[in-house]
Order: sequence, then C-alpha cells, then structure tokens
Amino acid sequence: MAGRRRSPGLSRRSLIRAVGGTLVAVPWLAACGSAPDPNTVRIQYQQFGSGTVMRDYLLRVVQQLSSQRPDITIELVPLVAAEADYFTKNELMMSSPNVTPDLVYEDTFILKSDVAAGYLRPIDELVRDWPVWDELTAPSQRAVTYTDGKVYAVPTHTDTRALWYHTGVFEAAGIEQPWQPGSWEDLLAAARQIKERVPDVVPLNIFSGEPQGEKASMQGFEMLLYGTQTTLFDEASQKWVVGGQGFVDALQLIQTVYTEGLAPSLGDALNPNIGDTIYNSWLPEGRLGINLDGSWISQNWGAGAAGEWPEWWPTLQLATMPTQHGEPNPWAPGEVDFVTLAGGWSWAFPALSTKTDLAWEVLQQMMTTENALSMALADNQVTIRADVRAEPDYQGYSPTIDFFTDLGENAIYRPAVAAYPEVSARIQAAMGQVMTGGTTPEEAAATYDAAVTDLVGPDQVVEATA
Amino acid sequence: MTTTTAPPSSAAAERRPPRSRTVARGLPLVPAVVLLLVFMAGPVVYSVYLAFTNEALRGEGAAVTSLVGLDNFATALADPAFWNSVLLTLVFTLISAVIGQNLLGMALALLMRQSTKVVRAITGAVVIAAWILPEVVAGYLWVTFLAEDGSLNALLTGIGLPAQDWLVSVPIWAVAFANIWRGTAFTMLIYTAALAGISPEIRESAEMDGAGPVRRFTTITLPLLRQSIATNLMLITLQTLSVFGLIWIMTAGGPADASQTLPLYMYEQAFSYGQLGYGTAIALMLLLIGALASLAYLRLLPKEDKQ
Repeated sequence: MAGRRRSPGLSRRSLIRAVGGTLVAVPWLAACGSAPDPNTVRIQYQQFGSGTVMRDYLLRVVQQLSSQRPDITIELVPLVAAEADYFTKNELMMSSPNVTPDLVYEDTFILKSDVAAGYLRPIDELVRDWPVWDELTAPSQRAVTYTDGKVYAVPTHTDTRALWYHTGVFEAAGIEQPWQPGSWEDLLAAARQIKERVPDVVPLNIFSGEPQGEKASMQGFEMLLYGTQTTLFDEASQKWVVGGQGFVDALQLIQTVYTEGLAPSLGDALNPNIGDTIYNSWLPEGRLGINLDGSWISQNWGAGAAGEWPEWWPTLQLATMPTQHGEPNPWAPGEVDFVTLAGGWSWAFPALSTKTDLAWEVLQQMMTTENALSMALADNQVTIRADVRAEPDYQGYSPTIDFFTDLGENAIYRPAVAAYPEVSARIQAAMGQVMTGGTTPEEAAATYDAAVTDLVGPDQVVEATA
Repeated sequence: MTTTTAPPSSAAAERRPPRSRTVARGLPLVPAVVLLLVFMAGPVVYSVYLAFTNEALRGEGAAVTSLVGLDNFATALADPAFWNSVLLTLVFTLISAVIGQNLLGMALALLMRQSTKVVRAITGAVVIAAWILPEVVAGYLWVTFLAEDGSLNALLTGIGLPAQDWLVSVPIWAVAFANIWRGTAFTMLIYTAALAGISPEIRESAEMDGAGPVRRFTTITLPLLRQSIATNLMLITLQTLSVFGLIWIMTAGGPADASQTLPLYMYEQAFSYGQLGYGTAIALMLLLIGALASLAYLRLLPKEDKQ
C-alpha cells in the first residue's frame, strides 16, 4: 500500500532527473566531435606576461599571407604561462591529435627531449632546398639536429649571458666604473659593498630555485658551474658528471648570496614572476645593483614596450661573468677567462599535426630576411643568420648587441641530450635547498648526484676528475 | 505442525520493501551513474593503469610506455621527499582540518546559537564569504596578508614587534591557517544544522537539573552531535588532504619543499619532472591515505551510529 502511494512521486522525480541529465550531457557530447578545420594552421608560442612582440610579428606575417593565400586561416595559440609550465602544456597538447598545434615555438634545450618522446617530426626534406638554411650558423644547425642525424626544427636566434649592473647604484656604493669582476670573490665584494652602503637596494640577483625554471639552471647555476673545473656533462664519454667539487662550490655561492642578504629575499626569489618585477620596477627604479641575466632583457624597455625606459642605456652597463678564481675557462671555445652560455629558440613541427605542409608555407613567410630582421630588432635577438647580420639595420641596432654577439664566439652550449630538461629540474631543486640555508651545499650536491644517477641510470654517470 | 499461522518474522517482512520498489528507488540514480561511467570510468581505470607504468611526458621514456609493476610504489617508499610530503600532509590536515577548522566551526556554531539575529546574519555572511571566494583569490589574499611587505607585518611593526616573511619562515603554518580561514564556514554550517536538531527541551531540563554550560556541552550536546562530528571530520579530512590550489598559490610547496604536501609532490613529479606514471602512483597512495582516514573515523563511531 505504501508502495503504491509513493510510486507516482518516484517516477516523476526520476523523469526529471533523467531529462536533466540528458540536457547536461548533450552539449558535452556535441563538443567532443568537432573536427579541426583542414585550412587552419595553429601556431603555438609562449607569451611572456603582457609582452606582445611575438603576437605583433605573427600578425604581420598573417597580414602578408592573407593576400597571397586567402584560403589559409592562421590561429595564434599563445600560452601565457611561466616557463616550465609552458613546456608541460606544450607537451600535453602535442600528445593529442585533437589539440596539437601545427607549428610550435620551442626552446632548443627541450627540443631533443621532445624528439625522443616522439612529439616532433623530422624536416630534412623541407629544409634541404631552402636557401635560408644555408644562412644559419653551424652551432645553430647542430642545436636542432638530433642524435639520429635528422633535423627537427628551424632555429630562429641565439642569446648569451652576462652581468648587467646599474651605474646609479654603483655610484652610490662608491664602486669604480667601468666595473669588471675578475673572480667570484670580486663579484661578492661588490655585492657586499652595495649592501653596506646602499642598504635599501638588492645587491645581486642570480635566478635560483624551482619556481624560476630553466632561468635558474641556465642564467643561474650553469653560469657558475662552467666557471669551475667541473662540468655538467662529459662530452667525450657522453655521461653525466657527479661528485664534482665545482658543483658544490657553485651551490656554495648560491647559499652565500641568499643567506648573507646579498640577493632578493626568499619571498621574491621564489616568486615565479620575479622577472617582471626586476625588468619593470627594480632596474628602472635603481633598486637592484647587479643582475646575472640574458642578452635579450632590454626588449622590456624599448620604444613601445610596456615598461618603456629610454634611459636604460647608459644607466645599465655590462660586464662578463668571471670564472671562479679568474682562471682560463676550461669549457669555452677559445682562450677566455669568462663564462657565457648560449641557448636559442626554434620552430618545430608536431608529429601528430596533419597540416605540416601548410605550416611549412607559413614558416617560410615568417623566415624571410625582412621578417626575421624585424623580429630580431623587436625581440633583442642575437641573430644566427648571415643575411640578417649583413643588414645595415641590424648592425649596432642596440647598444648591447655587439657585446653579446661577440660573446657568442666563446659561448658554451647546454648538453644536447634528451635527459637534460629532467636533470635541469634536479639542479633547480638543489638550488632551492641551499637557498634557505637549511641544507649544506655538500648535502644538496649528494641529493642531486643520487637523483641524476637514478634518472639516467648508473652506467650513464661518471665521477668528476676535479 | 499443520497450521503455521504465525507469519514468518513479521518485522522483517515489513522492513524489507518489495523488490520492485527497491529497483524503482534506484531509478533516479541511473542518469548520474551513466554520466559517471561515460565520463569518469575511462579516466579512473586509465589512471590506475598508469600508476603501474613508466609513462613519461618528455624524454626517451615518453615514446614507449611499459608496465613496471610496483616499481613506482617502491621508488616512492624509498624517497625521503615522499615521506617529507606525507608528514607535511598529515601535519597540514591535523592543524588545518581536525583541530583548526573543526574546533573553530564548532565554536562559531555554538556562539551563533546564543546570539541575536543580526549578529548571526553578519557573522554567517562574513564566514561564508571566505568559503565561496575562489581558491586562487583566497590564496592571493593570504599572500598579500602574510608576505614580507604584507599587511600582517605592517600591523606588527606598527605596534613595535619584529616583522618576518611568514611564507618563508613558517610556510606550513601559513597555508594551514589560510585553509582554516577558508574551510571554517563548511564545518560551521554542518554544526549549525546539527545543533538545530537538538530539541530545546533537553537543554532546559538539564538546566533545571542544575547542569552548567560546560556540563551541558559535554554530556548532552557532544553525544548528540557524535554522528555529525564524525561526518564533518571525515569530509573535511578528505577535502584537506587534497588541497592543491591554495598551497600552490601561496608557496608553491616551497621554500625548498617545506610546504610540499602530497598533492604538490604529485604535481611536481608528474608535470615538472614529466613522470606521469610515478605521479599517478602517488595519487593512488593519497587515495589510500584518505580511505584509511575514513575507516578510522568510522571505527570511532559506536556501533549503533553506524547503521
């Protein structure tokens, strides 16, 4: 009896539930089925905060193409993300045929790793008869060639690294200019003098810790490590180096600057957006003395940039990063007593994309001498192309370009192997551990050694000789 | 022998409804279950599978995925960073959920029962506002409050106390407090509802028998709320174990892993280091910890409450 009384209510309720459920489900199912348009080329790149350099460049190319090829639609896919997140998002998207871009902007350090993962396709046949290929420098061609001898990307430019210092801060601290430290001790001495005489200024920034991603490894740690007698990767045996004194010494320097108050506070240093703070506020306002950073950073202050700062030169000046004790650099090509690392970016073609031919057409337009030149000027790039270097507009386009282009001849490149990005993440973890002062450099180095051995296998590591 | 007039256990017959009715009762669940199966079953099964593979996001391991058995779990159990995360997760859950959110929510519910309508409305609105704020906004608010040049330090230096960077010096406490602030509303709502279910006569008669407020709370309110307390503890423990966004915004697990709870460790392994298989294994272990905690709470309840 009770059952009979209840059943009408139940069925009404279940009907409502069923209808409601269907209403929710249908649009979802419909959304899953949408197929990508065969004439749309999706170009994916990292957007640095509010920067528009890449977007402007690509829009210009789109405009040029629209008259020649009105049937092609170009979709820009900017990923606004911190550096490490960009690579992760990129890899996740390239691993699915539904969302894969057709052309993707990749840092050359992650390129080999993505090739090994099978995300990218070789483009030997495309570049073989392409005149621009012969304009590229040999190191940049090597940077996009995998161990199987095939080419996987088109390199766009390179970059080098050095010490940027603020003349106003140096004057207030009473440090003689032009300044060129001859050793790590000189660098520390200058930072200590700034701390003592200009206490409200951050003396020295060295990017460090996991939130800074590859910036910490390359602009930070490796600029130190390659100034010691220890290297990261032994090119002769193709093995990772563990147990080196230089590794400990480099971590020791990080610990010294962060625990002595010579560096940004931990809260700032571990903020993934510290770069924005440095370029848009600390350097223009004279609140940072020395910044160990890349050749491109003046792109933040050019005409039309968000943080326009016409006086950046000569307010900022440059010095090379010295080796540990001022000794000749054992790792750099040529006889020099400084350290600089070179990286670079490239355009690559995801393996799952079905529109590589269209993407190649778009890329050729992007890479015309004129377009490459205007991008180099807007993005403060060190060019790798003979035709761009020969352009009168390129020569001396920025007060710093000759300095950084010259550094390129003695630049050190990161290990060009697939495991590098993962090893790099371990370096950032080791830096993070010593920054707080809770872990000694020896302990952090031992943790790194164990992690790398575990990562690449015991037969892929070698004990340091020095 | 011949006449068995006694109905076979009449009580049981009345309690057990006819089969058709049981099925009809389940009917409203069908769309939800179908949706779950369509959209969730695949990912759930796939993620369990992933936990036993060496699936990676980048590098040589990403091209070929193979089964590695229990390797991921063995690696985790041998990794000091994993145990650091387990410990931090337990500390975080204990401070934030079991102690902070639970006691504060109870206190607020008790106080609001005594207070006037206006006070109740205002307090309720303020507490619940913290709860409905998006996690990212709440996290950012707490960063601006606790940062080196944040408002807490401004207040402290204003009265002559030394400032410190709270997110660096006591990161796990900082995120735990932020989570208490955010989660108290949930507990308060559960306890307010439970308290409303206690009839005022019981309290009045206890008062007449001379029981003071403390005695009334311990011998009447608490025992009557037992079930709600267990439910609340179980829910907030499970919620707190998996908090990610708030901690990610405030400290990103740092400095140097000092606030890296299991969800953040899992994220780092899966997405910063690209070890998807290993990260998924950590996720399974987190699930296991949640299940163990739920079982523990269930055991705490006396038998008659479990039915």
